[in-house]
Amino acid sequence: MTTTVPRRAPARPRVSLRDRALKLAEFVTTPLLPTDYLDLIDPLRSGADLRGRIEAVLPETRDAATIVIRPGRGWKGHTPGQYIRIGIDVNGVRQWRAYSLTSHLGRTDGCIAITVKAIPGGKVSNHLVHRTAPGTIVQLDQAVGEFTLPAERPTRVLFVTAGSGITPVMGMLRNHDELTDVVLVHSAPTSDDVVFGAELRQMAAAGRIRLVEQHTDSAGMLDAAAIAALVPDLHERATWACGPVGMLEGLEAHWATAGLADRLHTERFRPTVLVTGEGGRVSFTKNGTTLEADGATPILDAAEEAGVLMPSGCRMGICFGCVLPLREGAVRDLRNGEITTAAPGDGVLIQTCVSAAAGACDIDH
Amino acid sequence: MTVIQKQAENPIAHLSAEDIEIIGKELDTIRQEVRDSLGDDDAKYIRRVIDVQRKLELGSRAALLVSMFPPAWVVGTVGLSVAKILENMEIGHNILHGQWDWMRDPKIHSTTWEWDMASPAAQWKHSHNELHHTYTNVIGKDNDLGYGIMRVDEDQKWHPLYLAQPVWNFINACFFEYGIAAYDLELGKNLATKKRRSNPEFREAATQVLKKIRKQASKDYLIHPALSGPSFLPTLAANFTANVVRNLWSHSVIMCGHFPEGVQTFEKKSIEGETRGEWYLRQMLGSANISGSKAMHLMTGNLSHQVEHHLFPDLPSNRYAEIAPRVQDIFERYGLTYHSAPLYKQVASAWHKVIRLSLPNGWLAETTPKNAPAQIVKLVRMTTGGKKVRRELSKAAAA
Repeated sequence: MTTTVPRRAPARPRVSLRDRALKLAEFVTTPLLPTDYLDLIDPLRSGADLRGRIEAVLPETRDAATIVIRPGRGWKGHTPGQYIRIGIDVNGVRQWRAYSLTSHLGRTDGCIAITVKAIPGGKVSNHLVHRTAPGTIVQLDQAVGEFTLPAERPTRVLFVTAGSGITPVMGMLRNHDELTDVVLVHSAPTSDDVVFGAELRQMAAAGRIRLVEQHTDSAGMLDAAAIAALVPDLHERATWACGPVGMLEGLEAHWATAGLADRLHTERFRPTVLVTGEGGRVSFTKNGTTLEADGATPILDAAEEAGVLMPSGCRMGICFGCVLPLREGAVRDLRNGEITTAAPGDGVLIQTCVSAAAGACDIDH
Repeated sequence: MTVIQKQAENPIAHLSAEDIEIIGKELDTIRQEVRDSLGDDDAKYIRRVIDVQRKLELGSRAALLVSMFPPAWVVGTVGLSVAKILENMEIGHNILHGQWDWMRDPKIHSTTWEWDMASPAAQWKHSHNELHHTYTNVIGKDNDLGYGIMRVDEDQKWHPLYLAQPVWNFINACFFEYGIAAYDLELGKNLATKKRRSNPEFREAATQVLKKIRKQASKDYLIHPALSGPSFLPTLAANFTANVVRNLWSHSVIMCGHFPEGVQTFEKKSIEGETRGEWYLRQMLGSANISGSKAMHLMTGNLSHQVEHHLFPDLPSNRYAEIAPRVQDIFERYGLTYHSAPLYKQVASAWHKVIRLSLPNGWLAETTPKNAPAQIVKLVRMTTGGKKVRRELSKAAAA
């Protein structure tokens, strides 16, 4: 015997008063949207694209600064160690980059902060550190990133950082007072170049952390073996490392040999270009642009140069903000030389910021 | 005027092939210099224009909510007309040219922008950017010349129907945005045969235009008046007036770009295998400028710098004024005529051409108060007579 459950009539989608008002507003503002007018009045309001207003630029060292940002009302908060993508107009051109959040979670003013180190020739980093005025409106994305502490905090922790690699770790140190046994091994060219130097030394003096500063101009670089010698109980510690690729690869090899690869968490700041190829013609099927790209230039850079409006993010292959479907053709991953191909009709998602053309490509954009 | 290739005194006969290529190189240099110097100030400029335009539109529409009071009607209608002109010309036209794409701001980009016009941005970009700007002033290729409904050149055979072209031109000016939409759809050609009418591509495009017109019209003629309550009718009239003002203004400015006397037209054959230098030269000879104040340049969307715009259609419009003297210098050094005159003169000149070409070749020039009766008789005979009469009479006139 079968019983039938009385089927409920499919609920009619409720049209709220707010939706109706919005619809009416759209009729009034066509061909624009109501938000185009509201943005003139309050770019940080809730419901707007996420933006922020720079409230202060606080120098940290001669080439690093903390940028205090008041995020729009749509900001959902972050976990220490995460980064945000920020879009800022440099010389009139919108540029997107990713930076780690370094602020206290409990700031009473509701602001967040990123800390930026100006790298030689860096368009955005130099602009943020040296030429940005408070009041500037920037575009933001919600915080993302896996470089965070687990809910069950490890009892013993090691942080290995170099240069601006200290920034996500500072985000954690400032917000996780519950960490009691922390070793921080940090490398910078000189004592003055240590971002957050005074605060870190104070933490060390107060006994919160054990700080090992390596000034590489005078003392050279630390390799994994040297770090192991400095931190005898290294293998019992959960480790987070952030810095140049060479350093991270050395650490990864060391941890893998010791069979502890799962205890090491790393965060990369820039991609390493390993293999380049022959390049080719890249067509953007929706946009209609076709360009010749060489085998060493990321498709993202080549397309932006040609005037195509591209989605972009970290520009180092980690945030996936630039992913587009490859309909046909071949691309080469500049980090390892791997070739990705797509047969006609496919939609293989590729990261345009670390992929160069390896022959003709059709990209769905 | 007749196509440049058939003129007794060809205005470019004195230029060698090398001269033309050097002109091209000089213009390329100017273009590159401007491109390399784009920056914050330019970005600020376009954002400011957009900001002012939106606030002006909002303010004017707000004033019109009480448009039953005459001062509110006048202020609102003037403001809305200016806002609509800015939106179409300095903002919409130029953004859709890709002049601001270099900023990489998705809100101000040729691929995302939509404007207050009957023609959807995508369709207009094809007929304007790809066809008109590539085939500028080439008879039979550039439909902007008379929009396919007018006689724009002596070489086009005269027909009595053309007598009505001044009237046509005026009606087209009043409803210019719909004229452009029809022209972007190639309505005449596409409605002519059943096969073309039922082409799905055409039907899709026509549907988009109708949808857009419906939205635009319901905003201006239904919703805004309805929101005005007791001021329904005055607000409706204000929107209609602002649209007609905008249409008349943009039609006049655009007519000044390629229509004044002295602007050259070209044969289809002449652009086969055209070099970059030759393309530049055609743009130089095929455009005319409007001289005037800064406000005039802004209100024409800098199409007052039509010559510079046609040479560099994707350079930001706020830069045309600064490169104009350098462009003019090239004209002078190479013995070419840089057409530039105040708006009223260019409009009069363009209308003179429309009227002259509505009549048989030479008729207007030959007519004096003395021979007027005889000329009128001749015109009537040409109008009512058949092809044969027309041929004989025009031959007699030419001889």
